[in-house]
Amino acid sequence: MKVSLSWLREYIAVDMPTSDLSEALTMAGLEVETVFDRYGYLDNVLCGKVLEVSPHPDADRLVVCRVDTGTDPLTIVCGAPNVREGLVTAVVLPGVELPGGVRIAKARIRGVTSEGMLCSAFELGIGDDRSGIVELAPETQPGMPLSRALGLSDPVFDIDLTPNRADCLGIIGVAREVAAICGGAVQKPDASVPQTGEDVSSYASVSIEEPELCPRYVARVVLDVKVGPSPFWLRDRLLSVGLKPINNIVDITNFVMMETGQPLHAFDLDLLSGNAIVVRCAGDDSTFRTLDGKERKLSPEMLMICDAQKPVAVAGVMGGYNSEINEKTTRVLIESACFKPASIRMTAKKLGLGTDASHRFERGVDPLGTVYAADRAAGLMAEIAGGKPAKGVIDINPVPFTEKRVSVSVRAVNERLGIMLDGGQIAGLLSSIGIGSRKAGKEDLLEVTVPSFRVDIERPEDIAEEVARLWGYNRIPVSFPTIPAEGATLPGRFVWRNRIKDIMAGFGFAEVVNYSFISPEACDGMGPVEGPDEPPPVQILNPLTREQSVMRTSLVPGLLKNTRDNIFQQERDIRIFEIGKVFLPRPGSELPDEPEMVAGLMTGLRRPHSWLCHDEKTDFYDIKGVLEGMLDAIGLGDADFTAMPPGRCRYMKPGHTALVSLNGLDIGAVGELSSAWLDGFGIRQEVFAFELNFSAFLPLLTDSRQAVPISKFPSVSRDITMIVDRSIEAGAVMKALAMQGQSLIEKVQLLYVYEGDPVPAGKRSLSLRVVYRSFDQTLKDEFVNRIHAETTEKLVAEFNAELPG
Amino acid sequence: MAKSIDEIRDRALREIESASDEETIHALSVKYLGRKGQVTLFLRTLAELPAEERPAAGKAANQAKHLIREALDRAAERIAASREKDDAIDVSLPGRPVRRGTLHPVTRITGIICEIFGRMGFEVVEGPEIETDYYNFEALNIPREHPARDMQDTFYISDNVVLRTHTSPTQPRVMEQRTPPLRIIAPGKVYRCDSDVTHTPMFHQVEGLMVDRKVSFGDLKGVLTAFVHRMFDDQTSLRFRPSYFPFTEPSAEVDIRCVACRGRGCRICSNTGWLEILGAGMVHPAVFEKVGYDTAKYTGFAFGMGVERIAMLKYNIDDTRKFFENDIRFLGQF
Repeated sequence: MKVSLSWLREYIAVDMPTSDLSEALTMAGLEVETVFDRYGYLDNVLCGKVLEVSPHPDADRLVVCRVDTGTDPLTIVCGAPNVREGLVTAVVLPGVELPGGVRIAKARIRGVTSEGMLCSAFELGIGDDRSGIVELAPETQPGMPLSRALGLSDPVFDIDLTPNRADCLGIIGVAREVAAICGGAVQKPDASVPQTGEDVSSYASVSIEEPELCPRYVARVVLDVKVGPSPFWLRDRLLSVGLKPINNIVDITNFVMMETGQPLHAFDLDLLSGNAIVVRCAGDDSTFRTLDGKERKLSPEMLMICDAQKPVAVAGVMGGYNSEINEKTTRVLIESACFKPASIRMTAKKLGLGTDASHRFERGVDPLGTVYAADRAAGLMAEIAGGKPAKGVIDINPVPFTEKRVSVSVRAVNERLGIMLDGGQIAGLLSSIGIGSRKAGKEDLLEVTVPSFRVDIERPEDIAEEVARLWGYNRIPVSFPTIPAEGATLPGRFVWRNRIKDIMAGFGFAEVVNYSFISPEACDGMGPVEGPDEPPPVQILNPLTREQSVMRTSLVPGLLKNTRDNIFQQERDIRIFEIGKVFLPRPGSELPDEPEMVAGLMTGLRRPHSWLCHDEKTDFYDIKGVLEGMLDAIGLGDADFTAMPPGRCRYMKPGHTALVSLNGLDIGAVGELSSAWLDGFGIRQEVFAFELNFSAFLPLLTDSRQAVPISKFPSVSRDITMIVDRSIEAGAVMKALAMQGQSLIEKVQLLYVYEGDPVPAGKRSLSLRVVYRSFDQTLKDEFVNRIHAETTEKLVAEFNAELPG
Repeated sequence: MAKSIDEIRDRALREIESASDEETIHALSVKYLGRKGQVTLFLRTLAELPAEERPAAGKAANQAKHLIREALDRAAERIAASREKDDAIDVSLPGRPVRRGTLHPVTRITGIICEIFGRMGFEVVEGPEIETDYYNFEALNIPREHPARDMQDTFYISDNVVLRTHTSPTQPRVMEQRTPPLRIIAPGKVYRCDSDVTHTPMFHQVEGLMVDRKVSFGDLKGVLTAFVHRMFDDQTSLRFRPSYFPFTEPSAEVDIRCVACRGRGCRICSNTGWLEILGAGMVHPAVFEKVGYDTAKYTGFAFGMGVERIAMLKYNIDDTRKFFENDIRFLGQF
């Protein structure tokens, strides 16, 4: 909402500096985003004295002038009739943009280069005179900015109004707020109408078929108007707040809307079939051409303004092409109505057509302001368009306005705000913006009468807000609530999430945060590892781009995108991780499942390049080690890693991927990304990643620890080397080993894995070290040998192994 | 007597002085102090001396023995020290590198916010990121066709399901489950259908809610002032401006004195001297009514802040898009 100071001053005396008023409005809840001087462009228009006028060599109607603008005289070509030596006028230099978007440039006019332009008041946007160039007082100093010479300055406040302040969508409404700031009373303009002829009802009729959607419809008829351009002052007012002048009748409706906040529409009465207005829903009418010439598709429930036969306007949004004011119009019907805000909003949304009118109706107009606005417009049409308003108004008001009264407890207001005002002070604050109140029965109660223009005020709390902002938020003393001493503990989910983040950062991984939406292609095949079924991902109906149109089902695509982007920046050694939600549709439920995942990715060098060692590339066992280390640190060191069953995790390379599980519960995958996937991202180096379902293993995490006694007796180690089928997983062998040995096995370490001669093809040899220890004695060699032999025997049997010759 | 003890001593000390390795020292030790060493042999000759000369000669010999022993020890130390010196490594060479990981700035700031409010007794909760229209709007006093819906550009999953546009839905969700008094904060991701230089379609907020008997706007000011003083510093002043949120009444925007220029005006604060960092207000009674709280008994305040906004101020980050580009040269700075 733009408000110029000069327009504001039509209704209220403003006696404070612009910057103070701007600050005060902001602190009253009308946030002033910017203040600019609408005559700012005149700072670059200079006063110039015409020194010399000579004929243009090549054009009869033009002259070539030498003009003094305080520096070297300029050569300017001019065609104005009043240009003459000694005249002080306005010179626009190249580069300046005038209202209406005209940009002045150095130009050759019929062979003579013109270094500027001498302008009329009309061209400068400061008057109506276009008959000749501006004539300034002869003593005006050449070179002085025109804005200073004419004393032209008009600050415009650009106010970012919150949706509740519909009352300030008219300048009179803003004036009411200024009155509360500066003091003084708002002077509403006279809206008396010089009425002639027959009663309005003999010219037109109005009926409302949808009283719920249109509680009031006021119409006036103005006869004998002459449609034409508006006078300067009216055009100037509209331009000052960013509206485009059209013709006098339309300009008047827009002017009154800006003044009062009540949108008006002017119909050509002679184009209304039966001279009738019928307010009804669109129903069977399926299309309608609005006055911008566009064909609109209607829904049956849209409220329309119709004549006896057809729609003539989309109620509260835009008029129709078929009944628009045109140069032949002589009889005008002015509409000043109230519509149900939600209905107008629905229509505007569906049509994709937001207008100044719909903006106001959506927020609610003053139900008692309709007649005033219609009168004001009719009066102006009489004044400047030669119109003759018919007698009286049509005022169909099926749902009359009922005054809202709110009982407000002074104590409740004080308690809500933390202040100590008495009833009188509160009443005084409220009355400064036109809210009446009086003491009701009990001492503590104020009976507040809400003025009709404050459609947002309904409850005592709304009154408390008015009191707070009028008193000043910053005058409310700072207090501190009573809070129990026990404090609050962080729930486990946060504790564990933070701990995993710390561990991963400690392992050298940088935490990333990716958007939750990805492209459908990136999502394909990225289903959760827990289940083979892969429902389609959650889709966004109105995505910004296709690349951000479905909700991720895995964190891995995001990590791969980060990898690609970083490699593109020559950062090839990458260790990143992310903890965040993925979104899985849940059949039969409105909301999807949102499990939280933790994923990590490694690629490039195992260690940063160093003079101490050769560069080595990261491999599967690097990421597996990280994952084992992380799981061990959160007490899940007993996780199982087994070969990923085929088809379970399509983005990982088969044979290079492990399924991670905890006591039979599958919690994720770790492995090498499939080359097909990497190709899709344009990545040409090996990438390793893991992704675990944090939500799934969170219930298993516990901070409780029970210390286990430490044996006082020495340990004894025995090694075992066996040749097994290549298909046998070393993990299974180690696990089986740990389970045996009469609970004397403290630790099993894998020493070597060897394939190749002399081990037969298809087999490999595993060398393991077993550490035995007892809690109650020093183990004797013979005893350990016996146990170890038994253990070995069992293993050989279980895995069909051979011992090397 | 072939040589006097003084001669032996002086030669021994000279030889020891010029010795440059452990073998020589050992040989010298044998040569002078060994079983057949010159000092030992000299001591044995004492018996042949007249009785009256013996004590003086014996004393001189023992003194010489002692001096040589000391010289040998010193020389051994000297040689050992010089050998250690030859062994020295270049400690200025870079160490074996260990990668340093980092936490995302959003994680860091969220952690600080949660810690500050945790100390004030606010419990951390979370809610779903995909929300029903009811919790995201209706329960917050934003009915369908309310113009306030324009304040937030919404991503829709269906007519009735949205990506939450703010963390505020956690308010009704928690209040439905609990009875007052309660103090919660709810960090999390939020989504707006908006992307340009200053907006990303996803960002992070922290919501706060306190409900109790006689909670006032003054209390809200107190809690937020305490927060700002911890988050920035005690010198950072606050300004509360009237604003509008459908779920609070009165509503306020909270500005802090520009942390860069301290109010003198700079690029960061657009020369206003103030930075908007929070939205807040007293919980609207319509919100309480929706969750069945007694509006005569309880009042409450709520607030919400953008994590990236605070991170940008704290860490001098100039572009909000950097948070989600995940350039490791950026992430590595935290």
